[in-house]
Amino acid sequence: MSEILDANLLREDLPGMSELSEVDVVRHFTRLSTWNYHIDLGLYPLGSCTMKYNPKINERIARLQGFTLAHPYLPAADIQGALEIQKALETCLAEISGMDAVTLQPAAGAHGELTGILMIRAYHESRGHPRKKILIPDSAHGTNPASAAISGYVIETVPSNIRGTVDLGRLAASVNEDVAAIMITNPNTLGIFESDIAKISELLHSRGALVYMDGANLNAMMGITRPGDFGVDVLHINLHKTFTTPHGGGGPGAGPVAVKKMLEPFLPYPVVAKTAEGAYFFEYERPQSIGKIKAYNGHFGMHLRALCYILANGAEGLKEASEIAVLNANYIRAKLKDTYALAYESPSLHEVVFSDRLQARKDVHVWDIGKRLIDYGFHPPTVSFPLIVPGAIMIEPTETESKQELDGFIEAMLAIAREADETPETVKTAPHTTRVGRIDEAAAARRPVLRWKPE
Amino acid sequence: MRYIPNSETDRKQMLAEIGADSIERLFSDIPENVRLRRLLNLPKALTEPELLDYFHARAAEVSGRGTPFIGAGIYRHHIPIIIDALISRSEFYTAYTPYQAEIAQGTLQAIFEFQTYIAQLTGMDVANASLYDGSTGLAEAVLMAQRISKKHKFLIARTVHPEYRAVVDTYAKNLGIHVELIEYAPDGRVDMDRLERQIGQDVAAVVVQSPNFFGTIEHTHDISELAHSRGALSIVNVCEAIALGILKPPGEDASEHRRADIVVGEAQSFGVPPSFGGPHVGFLATRERYIRQMPGRLVGLGRDYSGRPAFVLTLSTREQHIRREKATSNICTNQSLCALMATIYLATVGPKGLREICEHNILKADYAANEIRNRTRHRLIFSAPRFNEFVLKVQGQCSFGLSLSRFYPELGNAFLLCVTETARRHEIDAMVQRLAITSAPRLTCRSTSVLCLKKARLVAARSICRHWTFQRNL
Repeated sequence: MSEILDANLLREDLPGMSELSEVDVVRHFTRLSTWNYHIDLGLYPLGSCTMKYNPKINERIARLQGFTLAHPYLPAADIQGALEIQKALETCLAEISGMDAVTLQPAAGAHGELTGILMIRAYHESRGHPRKKILIPDSAHGTNPASAAISGYVIETVPSNIRGTVDLGRLAASVNEDVAAIMITNPNTLGIFESDIAKISELLHSRGALVYMDGANLNAMMGITRPGDFGVDVLHINLHKTFTTPHGGGGPGAGPVAVKKMLEPFLPYPVVAKTAEGAYFFEYERPQSIGKIKAYNGHFGMHLRALCYILANGAEGLKEASEIAVLNANYIRAKLKDTYALAYESPSLHEVVFSDRLQARKDVHVWDIGKRLIDYGFHPPTVSFPLIVPGAIMIEPTETESKQELDGFIEAMLAIAREADETPETVKTAPHTTRVGRIDEAAAARRPVLRWKPE
Repeated sequence: MRYIPNSETDRKQMLAEIGADSIERLFSDIPENVRLRRLLNLPKALTEPELLDYFHARAAEVSGRGTPFIGAGIYRHHIPIIIDALISRSEFYTAYTPYQAEIAQGTLQAIFEFQTYIAQLTGMDVANASLYDGSTGLAEAVLMAQRISKKHKFLIARTVHPEYRAVVDTYAKNLGIHVELIEYAPDGRVDMDRLERQIGQDVAAVVVQSPNFFGTIEHTHDISELAHSRGALSIVNVCEAIALGILKPPGEDASEHRRADIVVGEAQSFGVPPSFGGPHVGFLATRERYIRQMPGRLVGLGRDYSGRPAFVLTLSTREQHIRREKATSNICTNQSLCALMATIYLATVGPKGLREICEHNILKADYAANEIRNRTRHRLIFSAPRFNEFVLKVQGQCSFGLSLSRFYPELGNAFLLCVTETARRHEIDAMVQRLAITSAPRLTCRSTSVLCLKKARLVAARSICRHWTFQRNL
């Protein structure tokens, strides 16, 4: 070694890393795994997260050696199968969303947002001026304003009306030539369809602005309505929500972006293209492209799983998935609406938002209710979001839950409401059955311990 | 339908409870004029055997199962079998982001261990819970350095992965960030003289990569010292994380001035397959004083209200769901499962194993380079010390490695070749043979380091220390 590399280039040791046998490692991580809740154990009613079952075949096909060992820099002739899969997925996503072109490069939903907004910026620049503002409804995910801000835009918040949808009048007052786009989620984070969406799109378009849609809630509308048909120009899609790629404890995700024709020149490079002879290749020469948003071309492992899911379902299967997702959410709404206060009366699609208003009278809050659900064997719903609903309880069951599972969840929610009334302390100190109890997050953040250190 | 459990009877009962006569009624808020009144035009649904046939056929169309000797940011290392066995547990791969700490201690502790490993390997104080990949990680590091320094000019070495630089450009261009490139010297490393002339007080940070895109090892500590002497931060990017097992870490030095401020990179080499470009796993490590400027998730060790130690996502006031447009980043997800793979990898190979793997990479690459030098007319164009990649100036054809014509046209007909521990002796020899055929052989034959080509193996250690990874209840 010393003949090849000078000793001063080398490190001395790796303090704190220990030598372990395979048995040690397997036992350690198996033990850790038992401390997790997961979708194969039961309902995960996280609103806006679309925690649906992850089909086992997805995992099998993503592990085929031809795919796992493939290097994106191999000559095109050696990677035809991988390119064909990316093209097939792009084509399916374009059809499902009613859009014209798709990039699979973004690594996650928020990354897709950034990609989409950068494309909007490039589009406006190509017409002379990038414009200044992005309009964002007050019910939006936090990633929306964060993505717009790092694209160099100023954010203007659009208030919701009493229906829980965008206030068209107030919106009209905000739309002018400074506006680059609106970033809208539809159905929105309250699970309500923006029924004025066509008018909203027209309004933006009439002033030369574009419509960006956050596709987080696409699971409510597959085969029923398409963003491209109600005026959306750019849309990101979370493969880890609607298209069953597993969440993996917080990633990897995948956030493809679909666009209308006029935005196609701005897609990140490379794009998967086809020669006249029908061979696929990565096309790098894209003079108007926003550039690269990530090295290589996205999370291929996730693309495989999403395509497998789409092919397993076909058009009828996807439509049925959306229908049953909406049925399940409405069933929960019907069974809980007399016990928990509905945030808005408007019809719900794939998720329903309650507030803790009734329970708060006994000083039992949304966090307490969520934590108590853990004792009943369920993962808590999304809580305290969207921000426009104080004490929000946001429930999205998805289509992969049986009536039996939903009934169990409903019973648990009703029992907790009774407890909140009769023995509120039980709820406020929950969970009682877990390995660790509620954690003092403020203390953890005050003096952060972010790694183990040798004694 | 195979993924929908509710029967027709269930559906009818549910509709009755809702008070709707059909599922169609539930969509009444979607105006008629935007309804899709046809079926989506998608391929017909496939059965499980048909799905297997389709994907097996596509996988068979992807070759490169032999050794293509390509690295360039994605490395083929042996992946211990136990990684897939463990991450295939539903408890890990079907879990959500660990917001509910009480029922996510497994994921949280695994991430905490990842943070620890990365901090140790890079020689830094802290690391985050992972980022999408190395390229976006580098862009995030640049934005972080901009927030810390409040300056907008960055010097980035041309020897940084060209696609990483392209991603930095995409992120930076609307934020007033200006990037100037640092040229490389004839030995394939950063040209220190030119860097010295280029770097003024207006520079936010100097960005270099080691081993760099040409596979050579940069003087990261000298560069950090120079950067600090001009009031700039030092960012070191790492594409080939395995090298951290043997090279002096960028964050470690007796003198504080010689330590990097941010070490960022890609940990795919730790047990994550190439997978045609992703998913992989980015990491970002820094000094304690910059923690609150870090992007991405962080797991901390705290206590529950009865005093038991417990892991939890922490410092979330930096993040988008709290800060919205004022967040340090728009990132929501990390790459948990891939970070778990890296963690299992490091636990499995251990420190000795990691060092041994590094030695195999260095020795095999050196053997291949020497064989090529001695048996072919292709020329190695950079003389600086290297890890497991090298650049060949090719006479004629080359069917291995990556052509550098797109990224470095000035190098002419040059190829970047990578030799890891997975390359067998006979594969290296066959590659050299192929290269020799496409060029006239030179008649020298010097045998080098053949003795070092002992069979690659991962060290399953016998001396087991009980350490942090194995304390059941901390």
